[in-house]
Amino acid sequence: MTQEQKFQAKIDEEIRIEPKDWMPEAYRKTLIRQISQHAHSEIVGMLPEGNWITRAPSLRRKVALLAKVQDEAGHGLYLYSAAETLGAERDDMIEDLHSGKAKYSSIFNYPTLTWADIGAIGWLVDGAAIMNQVPLCRCSYGPYARAMVRVCKEESFHQRQGYEIMLTLAKGTEEQKAMAQDALNRWWWPSLMMFGPNDKDSKHTQQSMDWKIKRFTNDELRQRFVDMTVPQAEYLGLTVPDPDIKWNEEEGHYDFGKINWEEFWNVVKGNGPCNKQRIRARKKAYDDGAWVREAAMAYAEKRRKRSEAEAGIKVA
Amino acid sequence: MSDKKNWPLYEVFIRSKNGLSHKHVGSLHAADAEMAIENARDVYTRRSEGISIWVVESKYITASSPEESESLFDPANDKVYRHPTFYNIPDEVKHM
Ligand SMILES: [Fe+2]
Ligand SMILES: [Fe+2]
Repeated sequence: MTQEQKFQAKIDEEIRIEPKDWMPEAYRKTLIRQISQHAHSEIVGMLPEGNWITRAPSLRRKVALLAKVQDEAGHGLYLYSAAETLGAERDDMIEDLHSGKAKYSSIFNYPTLTWADIGAIGWLVDGAAIMNQVPLCRCSYGPYARAMVRVCKEESFHQRQGYEIMLTLAKGTEEQKAMAQDALNRWWWPSLMMFGPNDKDSKHTQQSMDWKIKRFTNDELRQRFVDMTVPQAEYLGLTVPDPDIKWNEEEGHYDFGKINWEEFWNVVKGNGPCNKQRIRARKKAYDDGAWVREAAMAYAEKRRKRSEAEAGIKVA
Repeated sequence: MSDKKNWPLYEVFIRSKNGLSHKHVGSLHAADAEMAIENARDVYTRRSEGISIWVVESKYITASSPEESESLFDPANDKVYRHPTFYNIPDEVKHM
């Protein structure tokens, strides 16, 4: 058996791959790309929501949103460190994000125009993220799977706080209900796009399935999301902005309309409403923090030298 | 990116409650060990997951190599007599 065959046999037997194990270069590369993109999405994902922390309508909403955004920072950090176990350098990953070489989930390139958007993001965007992430808890690469277990435990509060916001608005005044409907209208389709291109157009799917990085295809996960979410929208008394949504008795699924992939690719290519603003904000945070990182390093170095010198005196 | 001065990488171990040992939870970057503990508190224990944290700079961990795992662990595989089930004791004999 070649090394590659041995590797595949381990995967087929559901034995997890750990950092120092032999792995094909392409497996390593695929994982670094996927995990770092995932990390970037968590980090950039803080921006649209962070926009509303200071304007949350009550203290209860504010502490919840603050905790959620802080969780997303944590998710980014778990994931960066998982990518580092594969030999990726943190600085390189961040530079790739800033230069536009690395992608992140294109959903975060849409603006958060009203408070209802915070509800819609928690409900739909975190809901879609959960759908994607739960199967990743069984990903063949150990450190990624373990990071996902932590992430998934934390995500369910995110979705619930979002749905609660939607519920409050939907039961509120006419104006509040209209706000909730408007947010659903704007976030619905981008949320469906979060699952990625249709299976027939997804170039990485088959290999990732064979390697058990992915457990379900984009279209399977998208269908599950629609099936789960449509009744939740009905409960809110809101209308999903798709005239083709219809329960299909035979299939046991909801049929839904065509996704505008042109819009998707356009946003991925950098022409979404907020792409430039998002990267600018990330770069600014990184650059403005440079002196803090340097000062902390200089301080640590000084303390290390001093304690070495003191130890030297004692020995003498 | 060797021209940049990265904060070193630390591995983080957490004791979730007294009576249990510390368990590896992940890693993070920090300027020194003290900061690593503070960061670990924020990154890995936001929901009371721990009561004690250990951090150690990743470069100080020596790991066994997976390529040598056969020669390292094989010797234990044929020593069934190290397990209680290897010994025949009649059922009538209790508490053993
Ligand atoms: Fe997250
Ligand atoms: Fe989340």
